[in-house]
Amino acid sequence: MALEIQFEKRLASFNLSVEFSCGAEPLAVLGPSGAGKSMTLRCIAGLERPDRGRIAINGRALFDSSKGINLPARERRAGLLFQNYALFPHLTVAENISFGLDGLPPAQRTARVQKKIAQAQLEGLENRPPHELSGGEQQRVALARALAIEPEFLLLDEPLSALDTHLRGQIERQLIATLAQFRRPALFVTHNMEEAYRMATNLVVLTKGRVAANGAKETIFRQPPNLEVALLTGLKNFSRAKQISADKVEALDWNCTLCVARAISTPPAYVGIRAHYIDFLEASPRERALTNTFPCWLVRASETPFGITLYLQLHHTPGETGAYHLQAELFTEKWLQLRDQSQPWHVRLAPESLLLLPS
Amino acid sequence: MALDLSPIRISLETSVTATAITLVTGIAAAIWRANRRGIGAALMDGLFLLPLVLPPTVVGFLLLLIFGRHGPLGRLLLHFGATVVFSWPATVIAAAVVSFPLMYLSARAALEQVDPRLLQAARTLGASEWCVFRRIALPLAWPGILAGTILAFARALGEFGATLMLAGSIPGRTQTIPIAIYFAVEANDLHQAAAWSLIDISISLTMIAGMYYWAHLRSPERTQWSRR
Repeated sequence: MALEIQFEKRLASFNLSVEFSCGAEPLAVLGPSGAGKSMTLRCIAGLERPDRGRIAINGRALFDSSKGINLPARERRAGLLFQNYALFPHLTVAENISFGLDGLPPAQRTARVQKKIAQAQLEGLENRPPHELSGGEQQRVALARALAIEPEFLLLDEPLSALDTHLRGQIERQLIATLAQFRRPALFVTHNMEEAYRMATNLVVLTKGRVAANGAKETIFRQPPNLEVALLTGLKNFSRAKQISADKVEALDWNCTLCVARAISTPPAYVGIRAHYIDFLEASPRERALTNTFPCWLVRASETPFGITLYLQLHHTPGETGAYHLQAELFTEKWLQLRDQSQPWHVRLAPESLLLLPS
Repeated sequence: MALDLSPIRISLETSVTATAITLVTGIAAAIWRANRRGIGAALMDGLFLLPLVLPPTVVGFLLLLIFGRHGPLGRLLLHFGATVVFSWPATVIAAAVVSFPLMYLSARAALEQVDPRLLQAARTLGASEWCVFRRIALPLAWPGILAGTILAFARALGEFGATLMLAGSIPGRTQTIPIAIYFAVEANDLHQAAAWSLIDISISLTMIAGMYYWAHLRSPERTQWSRR
C-alpha cells in the first residue's frame, strides 16, 4: 500500500521537484515556509496541476503526464484537511460530515455520519454551526468530514498550526491515535520539527522545492545528510570544518581541534553539536583532561519556562560585540548548580555527540 | 375617475419576468467571468455594464436596431412569424437589459467573496462542479445575490426610456406604470399621474421591504454587521 509521488512544477520563485513515497505509516513533510510543502499537497489532492510526473495510489494513477492522466480532485478519493479546516459555515456539524456521502442510500449515510461523530467525540454538537465550536472541535469536524468518505489516503496541511498552544498537546495525541487507526497512507505538512518527530514515522525534508532528506525520522535526526537538514531539525551549533587526520577535525569557527567517534569516510564541510548535548564538567583536573574539553565564558543567558539557553565563548573572555561560539540548553536544576561556579566553566563536545556534515 | 388598472399588472408581470431572466443570466455571466482574465474578459465586462452607463434611449434605440424588422434577431423571429417590437415581450426585454448590469455586478461581487478553499474542500469530498455551486457557492453568495435581485427588480419596475422606444405605449399591452404617468402628465391629467405615482411608490416600498424582511427571517445571523 503506497502513495507514490514524483513530479515537477514550475513556480514563480523556484521549481518544485519532488520524489518520495508514503506507505501505511504517517509521513511528515517538513520544511521552512515557502519550501513548496503546501503546493506539494495541493498537487497530490488535485487542486493544482504539476507540469510533469506521476502520482499514484496503490498503482492507480491520479496524475500521469506521459499518459495524459489528470484526475479531478473529486475522483481522487483523498481526505484533505485544510490548514484552517475550511468547514462549510452555512451547514451544521452533521451536514458538514455528510457532505461527501451523496452517493450512499439515506440509511447508510445516517449510520456513517453517526459513526464518525462518535469516533470524533462530537456527540451533542451535531446541529451546531461551525462558528460555535472551539478550534479543537472544528479540527475534529474537518477530520471527520475528510474521513467520512473513507479516503484511500489522507493529506493534512499544517493540522495543528491554527490551534492555541495549550490545546495542541491534546489534539496532537488524538490525531496520532486517528492516524494509527487509519492504516492507509497519511501525509502531513508541517514547519515544526518536534511535531513532525512526534507524529510521523518517516520524514521528507523539503527545502526550496527539493527533497533534502527522506527516510526514517530517527536516522534523519541522528545523522542529517547535510547542514540545511541539520538546521531544520533544530541544530543550533555548527562550524566550518577541516579534516586533519582519520579521526580528528579542525573546527575553524570554534578555533579548536575535535576528536570524532568513528573514522571519517568523507571529508566533512561542517561539524555541529545540538544545544542539548553540550556537557558541563565538574572542575576536577581529571575531568578537564578529557578529549574535546574547552574552557568557556558566558556571553549572555536567556531564560525559557523550564530551563535556560546559554550563549558561550570558547577559549577566552568574551569581547564587547556579543559574539558567541556555542548555544547550550540546560534545565533549570543544572543551571542553578552551574551558576555559582566561577568562570571559566568547562564544556565537553563529546565525540559521539558531534555531527559531521558533508558540503 | 375611472382608472384602467392594467399598467399595474403589466408593470408587475414585466418586472418579475425580467428579474427572473436577469437572475439566471446575471449569475451565469458572473460565473463565466470568475474564471477568466485578460483583455477579452475586460471587454465583456464593458459590454455587460454598458446598459448601466448608456442613456436608456440609446439602449432602446440599439434594441430597436436588433429586434426591428431589419435587425438580425428581428428578421430571425419574423421567419417564425413573431414580432417583438411593440409587444409585451418587448417590455420584458427592455427591462431585463437595463437591470442586467446590477444583477451581474452584485452576483460577481458575492461569488468572489466565497472562500475558494471551501469550493476546493467540496471538490475533494467528491462533489461535481454543479453540486459545488448549488450547495456551497450559491448559499454563501445568496445575501449578495438577493441584494442584486432587489436592485434589479427596482430598476426593472422603474424602466421607462428603453421600454417606450422598443415597446411603445399600448394601453393594456405595453403600457407600464412609468409610461402611464408620462402620458397622464402630457395629457395634463395631474390627478391620474399622482395616483399612479403613489401606486408605484407603494409597490416598490412593499416589495423591497418585504424581500429584506424575508431574507432576514431566513438567515438572521448571517449578516456580519447585524446587532445581536
